[in-house]
Amino acid sequence: MEWISPRTLNRLGMLNMNRRNVDYISRYNDRTSYPLVDNKLKTKLVVAEYGVKTPKLLQVVRQQHEIPHFREMAEDLTGFAIKPAKGSGGKGITVITGRDGDEFIKASGARVPAAYLERHLSNILAGLYSLAGTPDVAIVENLVESTPELAKYSHQGVPDIRIIIFQGYPIMAMLRLATTASDGKANLHQGAVGVGLDIGTGKSLNAVQFNRPITLHPDTGLALENIDIADWEEMLAMASRCYEATGLGYMGVDLVVDINDGPLLLELNARPGLAIQMANGRGLLPRLRAIESLKRHHFTPEQRARFAIENFSSQQ
Amino acid sequence: MTSRSRIPFFTAIVLLILAGTALAIWRHVELGIPWLTGEERPVWMVEARIDFNAANEPVLASLNIPEQSPGFRILSEQAASPGYGFSIVEKEGSRRAEWSKRNVVGPQTLYFKTQFIPDPNANRDRPRRAPKPISVFWEEPQATAVREILMQAEERSSTPESMTRELIRLMQPDTQAQNTTLLVSGANQLDLLVRMLNHAGIPARTADGLKLEDARRRQGLTPFLQIYNGDEWLTFDPKSGEQGLPEDTLLWRQGAASLLDVVGGDDSSVSFSILRQTIPALQLAAMQSEENGFGFLSLYQLPVEEQSMFRMLLLLPLGALMVAFMRIVIGIRTSGTFMPVLIAVAFVQTNLLPGLIAFTSVVAIGLLMRGYLSSLNLLLVSRISALIILVIFITAGLSIVGYQMGFNTGMTVTFFPMVIIAWTIERMSILWEEEGAHEVVVQGAGSLFVAVCAFLVMDAPLSRHLTFNFPELHFVVLGLILLMGQYTGYKLSELRRFNPMKAYD
Repeated sequence: MEWISPRTLNRLGMLNMNRRNVDYISRYNDRTSYPLVDNKLKTKLVVAEYGVKTPKLLQVVRQQHEIPHFREMAEDLTGFAIKPAKGSGGKGITVITGRDGDEFIKASGARVPAAYLERHLSNILAGLYSLAGTPDVAIVENLVESTPELAKYSHQGVPDIRIIIFQGYPIMAMLRLATTASDGKANLHQGAVGVGLDIGTGKSLNAVQFNRPITLHPDTGLALENIDIADWEEMLAMASRCYEATGLGYMGVDLVVDINDGPLLLELNARPGLAIQMANGRGLLPRLRAIESLKRHHFTPEQRARFAIENFSSQQ
Repeated sequence: MTSRSRIPFFTAIVLLILAGTALAIWRHVELGIPWLTGEERPVWMVEARIDFNAANEPVLASLNIPEQSPGFRILSEQAASPGYGFSIVEKEGSRRAEWSKRNVVGPQTLYFKTQFIPDPNANRDRPRRAPKPISVFWEEPQATAVREILMQAEERSSTPESMTRELIRLMQPDTQAQNTTLLVSGANQLDLLVRMLNHAGIPARTADGLKLEDARRRQGLTPFLQIYNGDEWLTFDPKSGEQGLPEDTLLWRQGAASLLDVVGGDDSSVSFSILRQTIPALQLAAMQSEENGFGFLSLYQLPVEEQSMFRMLLLLPLGALMVAFMRIVIGIRTSGTFMPVLIAVAFVQTNLLPGLIAFTSVVAIGLLMRGYLSSLNLLLVSRISALIILVIFITAGLSIVGYQMGFNTGMTVTFFPMVIIAWTIERMSILWEEEGAHEVVVQGAGSLFVAVCAFLVMDAPLSRHLTFNFPELHFVVLGLILLMGQYTGYKLSELRRFNPMKAYD
């Protein structure tokens, strides 16, 4: 068992859990804004006003008795995702990528009957996956089809890009790739691969899985060194726009690049994790402090994205 | 910006902690509540025995009893005297125990028992109204002798105390001058001293002291001289002139004229037996809290049933403190924030090992059954409800099987909070499905570890003692928990989690 000294961590500017909660989340995130991000349905509606696109909403299931309608709606669909509106950490998200007769094919390749999905919907409504166990609604979204240049890196599942937005400035980013271990989910603690992205260029830096540095994707075997995200500045600006939409000072923005619709917002997170620092190989604190010490903030998301590209690039 | 805005917060916390500690110290000093368990305090049990011969007439025996002995507090008083009417009366500032009976013949014995607690600060004798010297009339030739001696003593002294010492020295047999011999030949030396001091304008009186020694019987009283120095009564040894009461001496009689009066009897005498007892300091404090003004602040006044409930309740903050520490500073993952505390509370009732076995078996069996429930496709609420009932079945089954097999400990399963266990099983089961068995083991072990730590803290005799007898110490616990709420440093677990960052240093 190896340990790192707190002094080294300090020198690296690593943000830790307690400081994140006390100094950033509770200070910059207004409680009243939480429902906006904790409820994916509300998030979709509010960001739409700020020109941030999200996957197309197919159906909202609010009551147990509405569940039978789901089967009717799902008749003519091939791919979709069922999500609990108030879920956290990717819990309760079921992705269906295709059909085989009456059975649905999950992202993992497993075949499940419609009854399985109905039970899943019922669990969501009862609040099994919601943050405080409160009754929830289930949303059914169009399946996101990732662009091939990113999709090839991910084993099942859609790779998504997590960008930390602090007071409207993008300060750190990573690409999250699903693995067999993560069961097609892009959550790092479930075993997804995190690839740090240079905020200045959108190019990959380091990669980690289960907090350990790796160079190749464990399933696809592809090298993770030369990933380059297209339209990087535009994506940063889009993520930055979510600040205006929610008013949350410290949040994680999860984006995907759809083959048809371009960058889409998957969800917002008012308590983004700390693993992004390990994927980037550097701490968040210097950048957070740089933003905190700004005398005048930039007004438009584009200006803020530009500022981030100029100041937080790892080329310097 | 951060440091300035937190000053009021930290001040409040420091005040909270100080207030808690100060209150505890104050109650320790004032009420004598001990810091440690099992602490014992000496108590002197003094038994006065009165013997007299009744002469077949109505009897009234009246014994002077102490009211405010310097250096001692009275814990209890009790009279034993079959067939006698008994009461304690206050007469002219002194307390007397009075026994009465209509027709009595022959030798009689009466007992009066008192328990004294040594307390150096108790009852410094400060009369509310300053006593005046009694005027004394002397006949010649004593008058001249007295005047001579007093002049001698006065010349060599400056205060009432030194005057008294000087006078006692002058009256010693070996220093006796002619004048003294003249006086002493007539009367009791102590009475003479009292009269002379009063004559010199210093209020003086006699007192009787009892030397406290363990397991002594038939002890008599030793006479002492007391003078009033304008502020309080001071005690002198009339033989040596030494000021102050010797250690372990109890003043049984002060001020009152007589020790024992018996009407309707003769040949009366009083003797004392002394026994040194020890009683738990806590019991002492509880007994005293009733009479003490601060007593209303303590929990001892509550009915015993409520007291035992509070004993349990007041342990909970320690468990909460433990959980906060483990999660914030150490970084142990638990399933459900305060589930470990509730489990620890159950452990307190079941004891650790039987509790651990019972808990893990209930959860394990529950998890197996939950596997079947999940295939039934039930709504969450009814699934949990069903699980609660199953948990009750499991505990009942375990109790019965345990009892039949001769383990009474099997019964202790019933102390576990059923609803909490049902939720734990549900969460564990979901965790299993979503994150795999590894996470279930990590969180389950983390919860049990925290629960065991909380149990060890809560079950320690010292913490049980302190939480119940010094409830104000919870201010300190509260302060510590608030302080931890502001801890922004690294958790111990993060030092390991972020270990790969060494590569980038």
